[in-house]
Amino acid sequence: MRIVQHPILTFARGKKISFTFDGRTLEGYEGEPIAAALHDAGVKVLRRSIRLSRPRGFFCAVGKCSSCLMKVDGKPNVRVCIEPLREGMRVETQRGKGELIERG
Amino acid sequence: MLEKDGVPTQDDLASIAPSEERLAKGPVAIIECFQPIPCDPCYDWCKRGAIEKFRDPTDLPQIDYERCNGCSLCVIGCPGLAIFIVDQAYSEKRARVVLPYEFLPLPEEGEVVEALNRKGEKVGRAEVLKVQQTKQKTTLISLLVPQKLAMEVRFFRRGENG
Amino acid sequence: MREVEIAIVGGGPAGLSAAGIALQTGATALLIDDGQHLGGQLVKQTHKFFGSKEQYASTRGIEIARILEKGLEGHPHLEVWLNSSAVGYYPDGVLTVLKDERLVKVKPARLIIATGAAEKMLAFANNDLPGVYGAGAVQTLMNLYGVLPGRRALMVGAGNIGLIVSYQLLQAGVEVEAVVEAMPKVGGYWVHAAKLRRTGVPILTSYTVLAAEGREWVEGAIICPVDERFRPIKGKEQRIEVDLICLAVGLSPLSELLWQAGCKMKYISQLGGFAPLRDGNMETTVKGVYVAGDSAGVEEASTAMVEGRIAGLAAATSLGYRIADAQRLKEGLWAELEMLRRGPVGQKVREGVKTALINQDSDS
Repeated sequence: MRIVQHPILTFARGKKISFTFDGRTLEGYEGEPIAAALHDAGVKVLRRSIRLSRPRGFFCAVGKCSSCLMKVDGKPNVRVCIEPLREGMRVETQRGKGELIERG
Repeated sequence: MLEKDGVPTQDDLASIAPSEERLAKGPVAIIECFQPIPCDPCYDWCKRGAIEKFRDPTDLPQIDYERCNGCSLCVIGCPGLAIFIVDQAYSEKRARVVLPYEFLPLPEEGEVVEALNRKGEKVGRAEVLKVQQTKQKTTLISLLVPQKLAMEVRFFRRGENG
Repeated sequence: MREVEIAIVGGGPAGLSAAGIALQTGATALLIDDGQHLGGQLVKQTHKFFGSKEQYASTRGIEIARILEKGLEGHPHLEVWLNSSAVGYYPDGVLTVLKDERLVKVKPARLIIATGAAEKMLAFANNDLPGVYGAGAVQTLMNLYGVLPGRRALMVGAGNIGLIVSYQLLQAGVEVEAVVEAMPKVGGYWVHAAKLRRTGVPILTSYTVLAAEGREWVEGAIICPVDERFRPIKGKEQRIEVDLICLAVGLSPLSELLWQAGCKMKYISQLGGFAPLRDGNMETTVKGVYVAGDSAGVEEASTAMVEGRIAGLAAATSLGYRIADAQRLKEGLWAELEMLRRGPVGQKVREGVKTALINQDSDS
């Protein structure tokens, strides 16, 4: 959900673009963090913890806490709270520690 | 109690209140600033010299109620949104309270709203007299409230006809 | 290897102010920030700042960021690297920066560390559920990108950040069910508490959060009053319906680079954690390495700006650059700091800073 009106702020949003999240097509604004676009679309669970598979989401928003690591265009462990969104990006939930080489 | 729950006590309020006589004369600034924090811009905002120059920015503001004409510039400037204008000379039954407002949507002039006290509790109804937007984005809302609520009402809520 | 005169890590209020004054003296500077924009946390601050004219009192944080940035824009002696993380500082004075997916080496003659602070965490059941967010993160989401962090929030912490962000949540259209604070007193400014309270948000002191509830994300929270030893009072637990638990339980200095540089560090609880010892020039125990802002000890943006100016001025003059009345300027800046830290609210910081200051008599 986006903030429609704000008493103090105006939001300079980039171009509206589309990207995919686990195969689903979603929309967001170019240049905003991937996590912002996902949150807007109601996606709160960004990955699973390695051992207990607990849901993990957005937390620090400054690329420090590693709660939001996802696979982006095949690259694992991308901090989506700071990674700018680009047209056509393929964003996927990451399981485990993330593999650099995609198997099978 | 401010340090417990954000609400000033009657003693706190009594310590800053102008005299009954002064209140009866017309608009005046009520500065609900009770903590010595480093902050002094109200002095610069006041164009009438009613707020005394701070010896030290952590002093509490000292206001000369005779010089203050309730112009409301300090209401716009106060970073703590802690200044209000009270005008008990508005009419026999109703007083005017001006408060700083930083929310949307803005109320309409003439709208009846719920009048809230410092705890956010509804204490009555108010009529919105004036909505004055400013460059600083702090909107001044003038409410008309029953005389006896002039020193009680500090916020409002838009609701089902108040 | 890039050689630069002054490298500044962190483009928030401290770093921008350091750059501003260093450039004024004629020095050249490289400003490095890992974010997409300059201004640090200022760009999310919708409230008007306190202090005096010198610290932009009455001006909103977001405006101050613009003013500071504007003052530097296009300066021929300034280079700005955004989206760049300073990740290492080595004994030979080399700073490594992760930039465009490459590790770039920089050798600065002087280094100013203005990396800011990180949110502290709080232990409670299910605190890892999505929907438990740091206050700074909530600000980023709503004030920078205009995305609602939730619909109904519980704020944990009634310091300035907790109170301010609660108000900002209301401004964005989020309901705030309550602010809980384990301490018996509101830690933030009373005016922030009062402006929140009159909108109807309860501020519950001597209260804590015991658990987040929900399967995949936060669907509720259990709050409970605590006794004078911060133990939850049995049988008093309450469940509240929220989808956002916002943590504002303090910050600690981001000090990785300071540790790597070998600066003498000290645990100073009043400053939020480990802080570097520093002298009247904001120079650490490692010669040529300066610190400013929250990375020197958690305080306010207003003090960060002043510390930045002290560090920037000292770094530049130590390189031989001159500015009229440098000594008077420095004394004036210390007087500003002293003023901003005065009063009962500043007591904690005053104690902390006193412990961190060294070589006060020898005027370096």
